[in-house]
Amino acid sequence: MTADLPEIAESPQRGMSSHLAGELLEVSMGPQHPSTHGVFRMNVALEGEVVRKLKPVFGYLHRNHEKIGENTSYLGSMPYTDRLDYFCSMTNNWAYALSVEKLAGIEVPERAEYLRIILAELTRLVNHTSLLGFLLSDMGAWGTPLMYAFRERERVLDLFESLSGSRMMCDYMRFGGCRVDLPAGWMERARQIVDGFPRFLDEFEELITGNEILMARTQEVGKLSAALAVNAGITGPGLRASGVNYDIRKVDGYGIYPRFKFRVPLGEHGDCYDRLMMRVLELRETIGILHQAMDELPEGPIINPKVKIRAFKPPVGEAYGRIEAPKGELGFYLISDGTGNPYRYRVRPPSLVNLTILEDMCLGHTVADVMVILGSIDIVMGEVDR
Amino acid sequence: MESIEEMKARAEQAISGARLEIVPNPGPAGQPSLLLDHEHAFAVANFLRADPALRLDYCSNVTGVDWLDRTVKKKVKVKKLVDGVEKEIEETQEEFFPGYLEAVYHVYSIEHKHGPVVVRLRTRDRAEGAPLPSLTPVWRSAEFQEREIYDLYGIHFEGHPDLRRILMWDEFTDFPMRKDYREPDDYEYEPTPHDEVLEKAKQHYAPRPAEDGAEHLAAD
Amino acid sequence: MIDESLKGELQKQGIWVTSMQELYNWGRKNSIWPLQFGLACCAIEMIATAASRYDLARFGGEVFRPSPRQADLMIVAGTVTKKMAPQIVRLYNQMPDPKYVISMGACAISGGPFKQGYNVLKGIDRYIPVDVYIPGCPPRPEALLHAFMELQRKIDGQKLSGASQAEFLKENTPSEYPVPAFGAHDLEPPANLDVFHPPAIERA
Repeated sequence: MTADLPEIAESPQRGMSSHLAGELLEVSMGPQHPSTHGVFRMNVALEGEVVRKLKPVFGYLHRNHEKIGENTSYLGSMPYTDRLDYFCSMTNNWAYALSVEKLAGIEVPERAEYLRIILAELTRLVNHTSLLGFLLSDMGAWGTPLMYAFRERERVLDLFESLSGSRMMCDYMRFGGCRVDLPAGWMERARQIVDGFPRFLDEFEELITGNEILMARTQEVGKLSAALAVNAGITGPGLRASGVNYDIRKVDGYGIYPRFKFRVPLGEHGDCYDRLMMRVLELRETIGILHQAMDELPEGPIINPKVKIRAFKPPVGEAYGRIEAPKGELGFYLISDGTGNPYRYRVRPPSLVNLTILEDMCLGHTVADVMVILGSIDIVMGEVDR
Repeated sequence: MESIEEMKARAEQAISGARLEIVPNPGPAGQPSLLLDHEHAFAVANFLRADPALRLDYCSNVTGVDWLDRTVKKKVKVKKLVDGVEKEIEETQEEFFPGYLEAVYHVYSIEHKHGPVVVRLRTRDRAEGAPLPSLTPVWRSAEFQEREIYDLYGIHFEGHPDLRRILMWDEFTDFPMRKDYREPDDYEYEPTPHDEVLEKAKQHYAPRPAEDGAEHLAAD
Repeated sequence: MIDESLKGELQKQGIWVTSMQELYNWGRKNSIWPLQFGLACCAIEMIATAASRYDLARFGGEVFRPSPRQADLMIVAGTVTKKMAPQIVRLYNQMPDPKYVISMGACAISGGPFKQGYNVLKGIDRYIPVDVYIPGCPPRPEALLHAFMELQRKIDGQKLSGASQAEFLKENTPSEYPVPAFGAHDLEPPANLDVFHPPAIERA
């Protein structure tokens, strides 16, 4: 099941390890290391600098979210979903609200659907920008791209704060709509920020695209074939970088996404450079969706008035709902036994499943490449461990 | 995509001896599931992935569920002899469903862009290390998720390439997500407890000293 | 200590008068090097504090060191799980004296929203001594800056000699704490009773 070991080229640096035979050196990378993906550990067996075996170890942030979900009401679990993928709280909330709406057959009014799309796409902006910042600082750019990325992120977080009261843990979606309506002046500020975003992207692209260090470190590194990606359950930009056209916004058409015109960028080689560029291209598409949604936003109620907020008891049954979160497919599986607490509450995290082929992608590469590959997969430990 | 009854019929035809069952799903979601038997689960999963009409090549989610022993009371009308006359009386009958552990797979097709098909596997009982066939050789995305079910529920997946604990540390012996798991007692300091937490915190409260004048105060 | 007005007069003449303790504490408090150690969501707010908008660098916390041997502040940002607790204590042991701990966020103080669980440690102060606690979930970057300034005030007030000497200078204060081991059901020991002194609650 693991990939065949690629040939070691006879270049001076690499030739050394093919002539010296010895034991494999076991190194533990993490759980505390400067790459800020969280508490993640990799047990790597090295021959010189080349990786021969890699086993990921996690669970250092296992906060028994699913057990808490069984002991809490449906609404009480909503703030916990914020803390799963802590960069993208709005999309986590939407995935959970979508699953409960599927479980109980609840409809959502139009204004709420448009608001959900606006906030989800703003979250996608935040996530992809932060990822570019983190990946570049992992590669040794010493924090400068991260500062640029966080500058943009702060602007969007101001919007979230004026809308929901909190910068990161918004807890904004409810079953059947949204919690609170837009305050005065929010739409104008959002438009300003979205209009100014392409200029930031151009500035960023000028800094990184064509940069020879970036290209040397990410091209031909961590190649992932389409067949292996599909079988291993990779979703999100990683899957599309390998050339597979599968975007849940187009496939499932949840919410009112079928009304929006946007393209799905696809990669050719499936290496780290493609995964990086995939996010840049998706950011451009996201801006198009945002413009369209902000222009078409109708008036109306923001929550379905027939749904009980407190003492909410869905009918007996089960449902699996999923959305295209910025990191991949985020799904919630709920089994209801008719009471106010779910019988089984399960989160399907994109980061956990995307880690399945980390070993395959890293074999034959050097230790320095491992950090680039891990950064390009885009994991966050709150999701992997829950 | 064809209906679940058609899928069941074709699978039973393709793999001789396979016994599939449709588990209905009450409620508005409309996602019924296919229950597989242990001996033929691997073959059926391969069929689902390879069949040209289905091509279910992407396993999205693998979940473990713990069902405890349940006793369901039903009111049943029974004919009985009362004073020599046959009458219909309402009786309460109890039906006992033994508990089991379950693994639920949600599979989609990326090629045909349809899904989900829900596949279930049930253990015979709730013993520790209850075996189930592993579907990781069919769908690689189940690798970490089946390890998680082993870690948290105790289901032993036969055929899994690397079955060991994933979220808890290796020396841990319990299976925490089971419904009858009791967590360790570290409730020494709870500033604002209520309900169950209050009961657990009360174990740690120091007994009230005998002579502090409180006995002269009226009870609240 | 020298009279403040005398100090002012001398300063106008270009003569600075200070004491060893003031100088030592001034140097230490304005160049705290935090350990780059984030666990969960609070870590993102910590990074946002170090970013350009809320700028931790102007307080001296510019350089986040990845290695504990070179750091003197550990900001425990995020949920401390039982699986991670031994590593945190080990990292604390590897830091050289004088060292400080800021417990950031509800999870690091007492387990936070994830308190009822089998893998969450109810507060990092069960194993290592904590200097400043920041409540919040997550605390705003301004709260972290406020805590940083509190820590600077605490360092300023630490005396080098005398009866109320700072803890790290005393003979019998340990600089390393025992690392908990993984047991079959829980960590062993569940708390370090030399360090963990919760206030006793009396209720009717």
